[in-house]
Amino acid sequence: MAETKKVHFIIERQDGPNSQPYTEEFEVDYRPALNVVASLMEIQKNPVTKDGKKTTAVVWECNCLEKVCGACMMVINGKAQQACAALIDHLEQPIRLSASRTFPVVRDLMIDRSVMFESLKRIHGWVDVDGTWEVHNDAPRQNPKTATTAYEISRCMTCGCCMDACPNVNRGSEFIGPAPIAQAHLFNLHPIGEYQKEERLDALMEKGGLASCGNSQNCVQACPKDIKLTEYIAKLNRDTNKQALKSLFNK
Amino acid sequence: MKKKIIVVGGGLSGLMATLKICEAGGEVELFSYCPVKRSHSLCAQGGMNACMDTKGENDSVHEHFDDTVYGGDFLADQTAIKGMCEAAPKLIKMFDRMGVTFTRTPEGLLDLRNFGGQKNKRTLFSGSTTGQQLLYALDEQVRAWEVKGAVKKYEFWEFIKIIKNKESVCRGIVAQDMNSMEIKAFRADTVILATGGPGMVFGRCTASTICNGSAVSAVYQQGALIGNPEFIQIHPTAIPGSDKNRLMSEACRGEGGRVWVYKDGKPWYFLEEMYPAYGNLVPRDVASRAIYDVCVNQKLGINGENKVYLDLSHIPADYLERKLGGILEIYSEFVGDDPRKVPMQIYPSVHYSMGGIWVDAKHNTNIPGLMASGECDYQYHGANRLGANSLLSAAYSGTVSGPEAMRWAKEGERGSELTDEELAKAAKECREEYEAILKMDGSENAHELHHELGEVMNKYVTIERVNKDLDYCFDEVKKILKRWDNIGIGDKSNWANQEGMFARQLRNMIIYALVVTRAARMRDESRGAHYKREFPTRDDERFMKVTVAEYDQATEEPKISYADFDHSLVKPRPRNYAVAKKE
Repeated sequence: MAETKKVHFIIERQDGPNSQPYTEEFEVDYRPALNVVASLMEIQKNPVTKDGKKTTAVVWECNCLEKVCGACMMVINGKAQQACAALIDHLEQPIRLSASRTFPVVRDLMIDRSVMFESLKRIHGWVDVDGTWEVHNDAPRQNPKTATTAYEISRCMTCGCCMDACPNVNRGSEFIGPAPIAQAHLFNLHPIGEYQKEERLDALMEKGGLASCGNSQNCVQACPKDIKLTEYIAKLNRDTNKQALKSLFNK
Repeated sequence: MKKKIIVVGGGLSGLMATLKICEAGGEVELFSYCPVKRSHSLCAQGGMNACMDTKGENDSVHEHFDDTVYGGDFLADQTAIKGMCEAAPKLIKMFDRMGVTFTRTPEGLLDLRNFGGQKNKRTLFSGSTTGQQLLYALDEQVRAWEVKGAVKKYEFWEFIKIIKNKESVCRGIVAQDMNSMEIKAFRADTVILATGGPGMVFGRCTASTICNGSAVSAVYQQGALIGNPEFIQIHPTAIPGSDKNRLMSEACRGEGGRVWVYKDGKPWYFLEEMYPAYGNLVPRDVASRAIYDVCVNQKLGINGENKVYLDLSHIPADYLERKLGGILEIYSEFVGDDPRKVPMQIYPSVHYSMGGIWVDAKHNTNIPGLMASGECDYQYHGANRLGANSLLSAAYSGTVSGPEAMRWAKEGERGSELTDEELAKAAKECREEYEAILKMDGSENAHELHHELGEVMNKYVTIERVNKDLDYCFDEVKKILKRWDNIGIGDKSNWANQEGMFARQLRNMIIYALVVTRAARMRDESRGAHYKREFPTRDDERFMKVTVAEYDQATEEPKISYADFDHSLVKPRPRNYAVAKKE
């Protein structure tokens, strides 16, 4: 019988937020359509390293396994991406996995992205509705083209790939990062959301806002949802400039 | 003092309930395994049903109601369904105001498409990621309330169990911080479970890995009744995978997709031939059975394997992009073929649970103070759920459970508040249980055992059910339960210990598997998703009744009984999708 093809992993592990990272190597049986999450699941079933040493299962975060929840983002062969959609056939071996160190590491490949959810508060990331009750009025119509742009941005799954790729997002910087900036544009596009446009632009003119973007254009390359992040950042730059001028003249 | 409601689960239903509670002046402590924005509701693709009647078809709320009752094979509470269908258009308007990016018509109105088991266009959608968009809208609104201080989120906290006071009223929960592993008890005026479905009991399915039904099983073991657990929806069109079966939305067929296999060297559009009135848009149970029959009995699957074609390749690519973009991406990415050019290869998969925690019309469980809403309840879908009714029932149930939780908090006979001692005792019990799990040093691996559970459940308790196989399956699951005692936990860490938590979840999954299997064994008829060749017809006389499962502490098995339900609005009639539906 032919020997089963193996997939070789080198995984950066870390027992806790303040522990030293170390690496462990694993081998997983190859099968067609195998992806990184499925490989980690195989390791869970038999947590033994390549050298036959018993170890603990690797800790990571995943939910949907179809690239829509954003949970399983990690750095795979140097690139931040969704592990569920990272097919082994497309990766060079040995496959190196590590946590996205742009964020605090919780354990192994699991990170703390709460800053991204907090940023959605900073940019007023919602439409102000009076309540969930009936108002006996329809919401305004929307130009289907604008709605298509909004849909593109609203597919952002808060995964953090763009944050990982951005040279200006790091633990020493206050830069809010590409994902929340694009979200501000999303709400500004909505006919009711637009009523809070000024507040959103003001937030982006504060420290750590748009001015901290170095225009490296990495984010747009990294986005797994192909959201045109740089285009929306540029648009918001124009909007904030306009608003700054307006408030200058109104003084 | 403000009323404090604990909501467990931050999917569509939990978030909707949270908003209603905040608007009524209450405070919410929201518990979730994951950031609520990553909840499984976001996997819903095709859309949400609501009678908008904007396509010149004279659609009516009554027609939506009747389609839902008929599609559910007359096993769901009709008054509850009526309320849901009446509320649907209002919910859509609410979502529209919140900024959901619904796909629009050229004149800027909300577009509608066809879906299974319905003749009229009634399904609103956002491309093919409708659940994601609806969930995000509620997530955003809840975040606004969080800023105002009315919501406190406990994300990455796992629900362990409810706490009852001495009057047997639910007055709190015990939960565990999934990072620090701290186990803590919390007081509440009312507790709502909105914890989703039990897909992981079947291992491979279309559900997220977090949909393990563990919370439902935990409260069942504490006395909550389960309704209709045997009704598990098998979605006809998923991409089979070794880690998960990835859903290919019913919207594919709604937008003109055709299902076929080769027969005598020519494409055979078997759904269109078998069911001329509805064609490819028969309800899911009907389509899944047909695919199963074609592959397993007639051996006509693609290359002799259990797969059939789902074909979109005849539809213009730009149309597909606009209506189905997101999921075509999924297929291309995970399979490598372009569904715009070649037919997809799909097979049915476990998808949704119609059954769940038994609730009354207001979503109260039989345990006072404990409510359930969303997929974890059993209320709206009877024996089979229509596509695009799940986002509806999830959102709608939250609009019922939220206000009712506040009413109960103000007026209910809640008895005494939990004392510090009672809280400490409940937390201590859970801590001891957890520590005992960490000490387990047997030879079984929890994940391997879970794999075996999924295999046996998938094999025997899905599309076609046979009584002797169900008996065998029940015994096998009991053996797996016994083997659980012999698990070994390799990870002894006190920080982010996923293995320890998984072992606890697994035991709950096994207990729930017994409920599904036993209930399936006892229902000797065929109705909706529950099909037995030995009993091929619906038996209204014996079984137009809700299955009620009650946990028996001594045997750890369910005791099954049958209860009447409200079917006062339309008389049952035979369900036949080969011909147009008659009233």
